[in-house]
Amino acid sequence: MEKRIRVLVAKPGLDGHDRGAKVVARALRDAGFEVIYTGLRQTPEQIVEAALQEDVAVIALSLLSGAHNHLFPRIVELCRQKDMSDVLIVGGGVIPDTDIPGLKAAGVAEVFTPGTTTSAIIEFIQTNVK
Amino acid sequence: MNIVEQVLAGSKRALARAITAVENEYDEAVEIMQQLYPHTGRAHVIGITGPPGAGKSTLTDKLTKEYRRQGKTVGIIAVDPTSPFSGGAILGDRIRMNELTLDEGVFIRSMGTRGSLGGLSRKTAEAVKIMDAAGKDIVFIETVGVGQSEVDVIKAADTTIVVLVPGLGDDIQAIKAGILEIADIFAINKADREGVERLNTEIEMMLELNQTRVDWRPPVKRTVASLGEGITELLVAVEEHISYLQKSDQLSMRRTKRTKNELMALLDEQIGRYILKNITSSGEFTAVVAAVERRERDPYSVVANLLRQVLR
Ligand code: B12
Ligand SMILES: Nc1nc2c(ncn2[C@@H]2O[C@H](COP(=O)(O)OP(=O)(O)OP(=O)(O)O)[C@@H](O)[C@H]2O)c(=O)[nH]1
Ligand SMILES: [Mg+2]
Repeated sequence: MEKRIRVLVAKPGLDGHDRGAKVVARALRDAGFEVIYTGLRQTPEQIVEAALQEDVAVIALSLLSGAHNHLFPRIVELCRQKDMSDVLIVGGGVIPDTDIPGLKAAGVAEVFTPGTTTSAIIEFIQTNVK
Repeated sequence: MNIVEQVLAGSKRALARAITAVENEYDEAVEIMQQLYPHTGRAHVIGITGPPGAGKSTLTDKLTKEYRRQGKTVGIIAVDPTSPFSGGAILGDRIRMNELTLDEGVFIRSMGTRGSLGGLSRKTAEAVKIMDAAGKDIVFIETVGVGQSEVDVIKAADTTIVVLVPGLGDDIQAIKAGILEIADIFAINKADREGVERLNTEIEMMLELNQTRVDWRPPVKRTVASLGEGITELLVAVEEHISYLQKSDQLSMRRTKRTKNELMALLDEQIGRYILKNITSSGEFTAVVAAVERRERDPYSVVANLLRQVLR
């Protein structure tokens, strides 16, 4: 059995917009990934713990509410604390361009805003996953 | 500490990685299983199966919470289908179990079927063993939403709960043949819906007609998993089944049968691999294929010949 790349698609915080997350989840499945989808309203602690138990290579965060500057770095930090720094963390959703450098500096590998093609997302993950 | 020692010491990271190693058949997988095996056989394994959307995950969530109240630790393996086209999968059972994520006494792992057709994945039984060795008192296996022939769960579980819902109409006739016969316990979930009595009667009638197991008649329990109703009663039925298994020697009989099946499956796998490596990858084999293709030789005597060579 060959290795499958496992991805956790997660929606942190109270944001109820889940179309983007579902679109991304489906696209990743169709590209051969094993996607664990945990649904809405996850705390950073829940997301990182689920990622640990599922032994995923990628955490994919979707957020359209505006709370990304708080939640994304928190998730990166929790991964560090749990010795999961090898996990690739990507994010997407409604995120102002001006916030992206700060998120990357905090450890988010890439941020995908509305209008991104799913093939760009897939390609990024395939080239950057450890 | 190596990964096995870490699993035995309760590391969740190591447990997660051990399952990955086995699922992906990494080189170290065999050694991990060899070393964990002596520590297995303690957990009670409960299979939860039934049609898609019946409430298997919700029920597993509620049963787990009840076991946690009793102080027992729980492992959960939730299987969802892998797409035969892309090889990818969306594993969504955790959505119904989110409240368990941060419970230190619970470990949940999602698995794709990866081409298996029996309702589990080929490595589910091994994942159960790893959780067992890690000290979980109870291990749940939630199968994919099954139709009628995906009955692999009984090979891995000590107690199998078949979850049905009212309103499937005549569907029960169709699924009767397969999954109904593997039930140790029936749960009529979504009992808040219309048609509970009818479904209950149908199951009872079917049990009347199907008296193969005289000493244990599968009880029929009603639940509303989303509201947590009927959960304690269902759990009582599980406990009764466990004590029946122990008293009747069924438990050891089932486990002996399982051990035998596992040994045969491993042999099958290894022999298959040996043959693949030593016969089918040779240039000679390519020539044989061509000969069969041209009808110069027939596949049956070719296989008989090859087998004779291998077993020499
Ligand atoms: C549809 C929609 C809704 C629907 C949501 C339905 C649902 N179940 O998802 C409804 C009507 C319910 C809704 C409600 C609200 N909405 Co609204 N909504 C939108 C809208 C119009 C489109 C979002 C959408 O679904 N796009 C389609 C998907 C496919 O695109 P996407 O999510 O952007 O995903 C793409 C990329 O971003 C990226 N991506 C996304 N996630 C991820 C994750 C990863 C890992 C990766 C790699 C990529 C990635 O890839 C995708 C494909 O390109 C946006 C405006 C907009 N144009 O974005 C506002 C918008 C998001 N909503 C907004 C607001 C304010 C609200 C409400 C608070 C309104 C209110 N006052 O009640 C509520 C809150 C709902 C809640 N509980 O959180 C604001 C958010 C403002 C902000 N961030 O500062 C927006 C931006 C509108 C605006 N301009 O003000 N909304
Ligand atoms: N009305 C009602 N709805 C329920 C009940 N139990 C579960 N549900 C709902 O049924 C839906 C499916 O529940 P799940 O637990 O995901 O079902 P499942 O059998 O695990 O589904 P698959 O894994 O996809 O086959 C969810 O929306 C639940 O909230 C119940 O007793 N009554
Ligand atoms: Mg489920």
